[in-house]
Amino acid sequence: MLELVIISTLNGVLYGMLLFLMASGLTLIFSMMGVLNFAHASFYMLGAFFGYQISKFTGFWIGLVAAPVVVGGIGALVERYGLRNVHRHGHVPELLFTFGLAYVIEEVVQMVWGKLPVDYRVPAVLDFPAFTVFGTNYPAYKLFMLAISVAIFLALLAVLTRTRVGLIIQAALTHPNMVAMLGHDVPKVFMLVFGVGTGLAAVAGVIAGPALVTQANMAGLLGPILFVVVVVGGLGSLTGAFAASLLIGLVQTFAISLDVSVASVFRAVGIDATPSEGVLGDLWNVTIAQVGPIIPYLLLVLVLIARPTGLLGNREA
Amino acid sequence: MSAALAMPAAAAATAPALLEVEDLHAYYGKSHILQGVSFRVGAGEIVSILGRNGVGRSTTLKAIMGDVPPRGQIRFKGQAIAGLKPYAVARRGLGYVPEERAIFPKLTVRQNLALGEKGGRRGGRWSYADIFRLFPRLEERIDTPGGVLSGGEQQMLTICRTLMGDPDLIMIDEPTEGLSPQMVARVAEMIGEIAARGVSVLLVEQKLTIALKLSQRLYVMGHGQVVFEGTPAALSADEAVRREWLEV
Repeated sequence: MLELVIISTLNGVLYGMLLFLMASGLTLIFSMMGVLNFAHASFYMLGAFFGYQISKFTGFWIGLVAAPVVVGGIGALVERYGLRNVHRHGHVPELLFTFGLAYVIEEVVQMVWGKLPVDYRVPAVLDFPAFTVFGTNYPAYKLFMLAISVAIFLALLAVLTRTRVGLIIQAALTHPNMVAMLGHDVPKVFMLVFGVGTGLAAVAGVIAGPALVTQANMAGLLGPILFVVVVVGGLGSLTGAFAASLLIGLVQTFAISLDVSVASVFRAVGIDATPSEGVLGDLWNVTIAQVGPIIPYLLLVLVLIARPTGLLGNREA
Repeated sequence: MSAALAMPAAAAATAPALLEVEDLHAYYGKSHILQGVSFRVGAGEIVSILGRNGVGRSTTLKAIMGDVPPRGQIRFKGQAIAGLKPYAVARRGLGYVPEERAIFPKLTVRQNLALGEKGGRRGGRWSYADIFRLFPRLEERIDTPGGVLSGGEQQMLTICRTLMGDPDLIMIDEPTEGLSPQMVARVAEMIGEIAARGVSVLLVEQKLTIALKLSQRLYVMGHGQVVFEGTPAALSADEAVRREWLEV
């Protein structure tokens, strides 16, 4: 049991931090520009594929730096020449624009790299067990992922709270027009935030690519969870996104490893009830691990009913 | 009304124009809010725009800042600024204090003031010491989030924030709205101090007494147009204009 708690906590925090790398950019972009960027997870996927491609020529480490820079650059261009023009026509066209962009990126990735997973591997220097708890080896690469995510989180926090650009971004979260009328080039700050936000998603892609599967459907798999994180945390709240990322990360990781059903709980307390066949019987025997994938969405629905602004948000979702 | 328009305004003739607005139009969707507004603010002048709610006074300021798309001529320091982005207008030396104050609620007083400063500019007319001398209260609350200040304190903060950007002309929208009489007096004092440092002031006011006391010249707006232009003495004398366009 203790083994399960320790390993699942580590994995959950790691997954949560990866989610936060993406959710932070998504929520910052939403609060500043009012755009829910449907293509955000696509930039994560681009990060993984660019990281893979660059690593084939130069090795993992250059890919780790170069792929997010390239993807962030693409993100900045998308904002400057795409979103900024669409913005004039209102929020719905913006939403449709990012929605279309997600499809375009997916199709392009399929055309270039195909539908099958690519062979993106953990670099040899990190391919060893870091430590062993209760007979389980914990891979060094996962600790590396955790370290990168935490480092970026701290850097982001420092930039937002200690620098002038961070101050401008914080102010623009609530009053972008006023910030502009004080003489700050807000459109340029928007472009920067979009570029850095998509770049951070790409970092998540590069480091998650070798650990998970680098495949053309990875954006589609992750995108919905990302929206759950941002909405549960509260649209536009960075602290909310952080809390929700960890929450969803832990919930999903623990759910997978919990082989518990209503029947097993009753059995544990000594009641051996066997209900009728059919739907009721199925519900009786279904394990938490089996319903794991639904839990985040269930959480989303519950949060929206009880607190439409999300856990820490202050505007309507 | 026609008599008032024909009356020469003494100050206008002497002060060189800092801001000249000519035949300004602005729209919200299909509604034609500003229908050919013309006025000018001279260097070092305090000028007020009066009028009832909804006649387009705030929209005039927003159109000058580029926050609402303007049509017509706007010249600042002799250069055309209509069509520029708000940040570019601000960087030319136009300061704006909105009616809703737009304090950054989660940032401290110090951070709010810092955001008023424009990057790379030093040695303007206003230092933090000046601001704190005028409003010791702001220094006491320097590390307090802007959102928890009282209405009067927020009004001080928003004016001071704009001053930190060292504008040559500051446009202030309804600064005394909802303030206590003591606070109103402080704001009036502040506006006097601003003008004393050679900064022109364009004031949008509801309170006739304040505007008459502070301004060198006044404009009265009605239905998106200027309906009166003149000195405080001229407006005081013109009961017909006051009754038709100002009194409720």
